[in-house]
Amino acid sequence: MSEEKNIRILAIESSCDETAASVVENGRIVLSNVISSQIDIHTLYGGVVPEIASRKHTERINRVVGQALTDAGLTLEEVDAVAVTYGPGLVGALLVGVSAAKAIAWAANKPLIAVHHIEGHICANYIDHPELEPPFHCLVVSGGHTHLVRVEDYGVYRVLGKTRDDAAGEAFDKVARAIGLGYPGGPKIDLVSGEGDPEAIAFPRAKVGDSVYDFSFSGLKSAVLNYLNSKQMAGEEVNTADVAASFQKAVVDVLVGHSMDAMKEYGGEILALAGGVASNTHLRSAMEEACLERGIRFYRPEPVYCTDNAAMIGAAAYYEYIKGNFAGWDLNAVPSLRLGE
Amino acid sequence: MRLIAVDSSGPVASVAVYVDGVVEAEYSVEHKKTHSQTLLPMLDECKKITELEPDTVDAIAVAAGPGSFTGLRIGAATVKGLSFALKKPVVPVPTLEAMAYRYAGVEGLICPMMDARRSQVYGAVYTWEDGMFKEIKKAGAYPVEEIIDFLNALGEGEDLPVQAILLGDGVEANLQSLKDGMLIPYMIAPPHMCRQSAAAVAVLGEKYFSEGKVVAGEDFAPEYFRVSQAERERAEKEKQS
Repeated sequence: MSEEKNIRILAIESSCDETAASVVENGRIVLSNVISSQIDIHTLYGGVVPEIASRKHTERINRVVGQALTDAGLTLEEVDAVAVTYGPGLVGALLVGVSAAKAIAWAANKPLIAVHHIEGHICANYIDHPELEPPFHCLVVSGGHTHLVRVEDYGVYRVLGKTRDDAAGEAFDKVARAIGLGYPGGPKIDLVSGEGDPEAIAFPRAKVGDSVYDFSFSGLKSAVLNYLNSKQMAGEEVNTADVAASFQKAVVDVLVGHSMDAMKEYGGEILALAGGVASNTHLRSAMEEACLERGIRFYRPEPVYCTDNAAMIGAAAYYEYIKGNFAGWDLNAVPSLRLGE
Repeated sequence: MRLIAVDSSGPVASVAVYVDGVVEAEYSVEHKKTHSQTLLPMLDECKKITELEPDTVDAIAVAAGPGSFTGLRIGAATVKGLSFALKKPVVPVPTLEAMAYRYAGVEGLICPMMDARRSQVYGAVYTWEDGMFKEIKKAGAYPVEEIIDFLNALGEGEDLPVQAILLGDGVEANLQSLKDGMLIPYMIAPPHMCRQSAAAVAVLGEKYFSEGKVVAGEDFAPEYFRVSQAERERAEKEKQS
């Protein structure tokens, strides 16, 4: 391959409730990034309804992909490969992106690249950061995932720790619902907690006994529910902002604490954040501060690349393209796909 | 006239290449693998063996529903992707009509039914009258008893016994009810004629295409015949309150 040739990848993502497509050049430069969110529909149900998400993806996929090419100023013939998220995620939702991507690649005679959703989140950090290269550490936090990962090389990941129960974002959603903030919980708690006292209530910081880098958030969630319950029984009023701020502080403390412990053990020099919860302002500033104190280089994607998007899939796909790691036409969706497999 | 046809609405995954009135290739698989794993490799095989250049097709025909939600979506997303890349329209063909069309020209009541769970089938009844193919019971989700009653009523008072041909995986799922309930003569389709066939979708697709019944790929969505469970429960809740 000549050095001058720019590799442009059309990427598709449909693992949850965002139908997204993007064209990314050389894994780093986003030529287009189209995201069609279904949040308004799922809010009616207090969470993502898989069947509705799958139907909406099917309706929208062509327009989203078409827009991504138009915004990039390219035709399908001009892209070098088609990439798609094949897991983890909602199986019905994943299948729409996978089926469409396969058909597009087949009909356009382009190679197909299968991308792991969490790898995509990690690779979102490559966008607009040409100097960032492995090895580095990455904390991936979203509605479905909480992973502390050592990125040893492009496409080579070692999971140091992950959640034993609820993902961090899931805990945000459940607590937000309990204190009446509604769905989606993350941004709402982030906002409300700005008016609360993070030290008001001492919620637990869970340690998982045998694995120092694993997370557990279900105990914290129960502690919040118990607190609300006891207040209600006593007929006392609950300060929602204080609950939100104290809960969030407990989550952020654990996330930052585990990350810093890992950086110390592995002598890490670079830490990156990724995933939807990486756009939480308190987590971002607490992590940045902790890194600054220790002389660690800190990266985080722009908020638009934190939540689900296809640009991150295009970024991850580039490094598979370079390796010639292409998928067959029998590619299937793998809803419980693990990282590093 | 060149068509690619796809049917993944039921237990069988089926693709066909149809060129100028000839089914050049049809490939159907009913096995453990998911349609997502089989459909495109099958199409690729059909393409190679017929030396098809995909961009020479006029349209992509698809079994548009009813059917398994996931199966319909794998088919829909596949044909939408083909339509996008090839810049050719989609021809939606009703699943049950294509199933019944396997019995083109046959006398009697042709009754395809698919297992729709929740004690229902997706069913319809078709017949040939003076060379015309007619839907005499509208495709829908019905308790199998409703289909049985409909067929029995048509047989009442006839001098010549009317025969019904029953096909589809809804037959296996409701075999005892059918055996107990059917009062008119009936035949259960043999294994080679009892499933969806992309060739039938292609032949009907050609007819619909010639009538201008095509949609742009971006506008195509399957006919599910049912809303999602969450929507149904929400509607019921609203009705109660």
